[in-house]
Amino acid sequence: MSLYVWLVEPFVNYGFMRRALVASLALGLGAGPVGVLLMLRRMSLAGDALSHAVLPGAAIGFLIAGGLSLPAMGLGGLIAGLSVALLSGLVSRTTNLKEDASFASFYLTSLALGVLIVSLRGSNIDLLHVLFGTILAIDPEALTLVGIITSVTLITLALVYRPLVAECFDPGFLRAVGGRGPLYHLVFLFLVVINLVAGFQTLGTLMAVGMMMLPAAVSQLWARTLPGMVVVAAVTAAFSGFIGLIASYHLRFASGPTIILTASLIYCVSLLAGPSGALRRLIKRPHLAG
Amino acid sequence: MSLPAIRFDDVTVAYNRHPAIHHVSGAFAPGSLTAVAGPNGAGKSTLLKTLMGELSQAEGHVDRGGLRGRDFGYLPQAADIDRHFPLTVADTVLLGGWHRTGAFGGVGRDLAGTARRALSAVGLEGFEHRHIGALSAGQFQRVLFARLLLQDARVIVLDEPFTAIDERTTGDLLRLIRRWHGEGRTVIAVLHDFDQVRAHFPSALLLAREAIAWGDTETALSPENLLRARAMAEKWDDDAAPCVVAREAAA
Repeated sequence: MSLYVWLVEPFVNYGFMRRALVASLALGLGAGPVGVLLMLRRMSLAGDALSHAVLPGAAIGFLIAGGLSLPAMGLGGLIAGLSVALLSGLVSRTTNLKEDASFASFYLTSLALGVLIVSLRGSNIDLLHVLFGTILAIDPEALTLVGIITSVTLITLALVYRPLVAECFDPGFLRAVGGRGPLYHLVFLFLVVINLVAGFQTLGTLMAVGMMMLPAAVSQLWARTLPGMVVVAAVTAAFSGFIGLIASYHLRFASGPTIILTASLIYCVSLLAGPSGALRRLIKRPHLAG
Repeated sequence: MSLPAIRFDDVTVAYNRHPAIHHVSGAFAPGSLTAVAGPNGAGKSTLLKTLMGELSQAEGHVDRGGLRGRDFGYLPQAADIDRHFPLTVADTVLLGGWHRTGAFGGVGRDLAGTARRALSAVGLEGFEHRHIGALSAGQFQRVLFARLLLQDARVIVLDEPFTAIDERTTGDLLRLIRRWHGEGRTVIAVLHDFDQVRAHFPSALLLAREAIAWGDTETALSPENLLRARAMAEKWDDDAAPCVVAREAAA
């Protein structure tokens, strides 16, 4: 009975909790796999940078729509994120700057710009909502957007899986066989940006990337094949969303940080208990005969 | 297999205006088995990258005789590959079937069979489901050769394929190279072990930024040629004047 009260009742009683749950589950299904590939491409920091880059676009959308509106802010974030991704790629190709360095300079610029824009017009509460997200604002419209983004992500990933993996594993080979690697890189960056946009309603712009990177790190501790990692990451992300929402509801915490902290907790446990984790190294098992 | 020759016509490739290969002219004959040898910094890898179209030349022209990208099987130096990527041996080898599967096509039973045969040809029978991260350097190089087998390219270009590879693996892979040669493919390999070149490669290009000698291995690697190659200044001359060889020749 008490388990029911803890785990199920909040969703039965409140519509906003149900919408938040569906949004987090959908978000996890999309962001988890994207995070795994992001990490394997050694672009963890680029993901972080992109999540900040989304902010000024979201802020302009916020100003134009005159309040928290996911479609307007999402579109703005999408445009800002993609511009930063493209500009960084351009800069690293035309100058001596490495891609991470140009990412860093662009995202700091856009973060400053975003905070400035929001603080010009909105109240501090609005700024907090944009930065850290609020589950209360997830209306059916926002839910549809998140659902569309997840569907697009999963279908696109399934379609470009092979070239994406090939480009990641051995870019020189793909170039040699004429496999249009840069195109798939761009498609992938697009997926990263739309998932960050999907994430910032529940998690806020600062935390959205957490839904990608933490499950991805967890997946590397448990699975050894890429499909396995993708599944572990998606499940971890969705599960963190569920547990995080429950915890934030009962403890009256902000939803975004709670969801991310849940994922962090899973990460810590995996660090200890996972097949490649610390405990397995401490417990000696006899080696096999052959 | 009727192949065109691959001709270098007065090719210069420069990094920061300093030439890495300098006025190189010559041809890889169709079906030839050529080693590219020379001291460190001689421009061996640069030559291969130029051949593959990855670098643009400052001067001159590479005539590939109408061969397209898919006709080349290129194995760059191993350092470019992420060896801890979570892929199985079978997945890696099957990438060699790119021309048949493309980015989206399925892997049919015959392609999977070809991949299995390629693996047993490199001595890795039954390794299909191993992870590449669990392979030794030699085994991984065998996997990459199996991928080349699957590519079934008419021209095979290898950049230092035996660096840090054990003797037995080197021997096995050299046998594969000879098999490719026997099938009439053009094979070009960068090597720095001169004895290996003499033992297995009928033709050689001795490179020291300039082509010191290009042709029959015994003649190309003659003691006086090797001496000339060694005399190549490894350091760039910071005050070098712009090169005028080409302009004088044209006048």
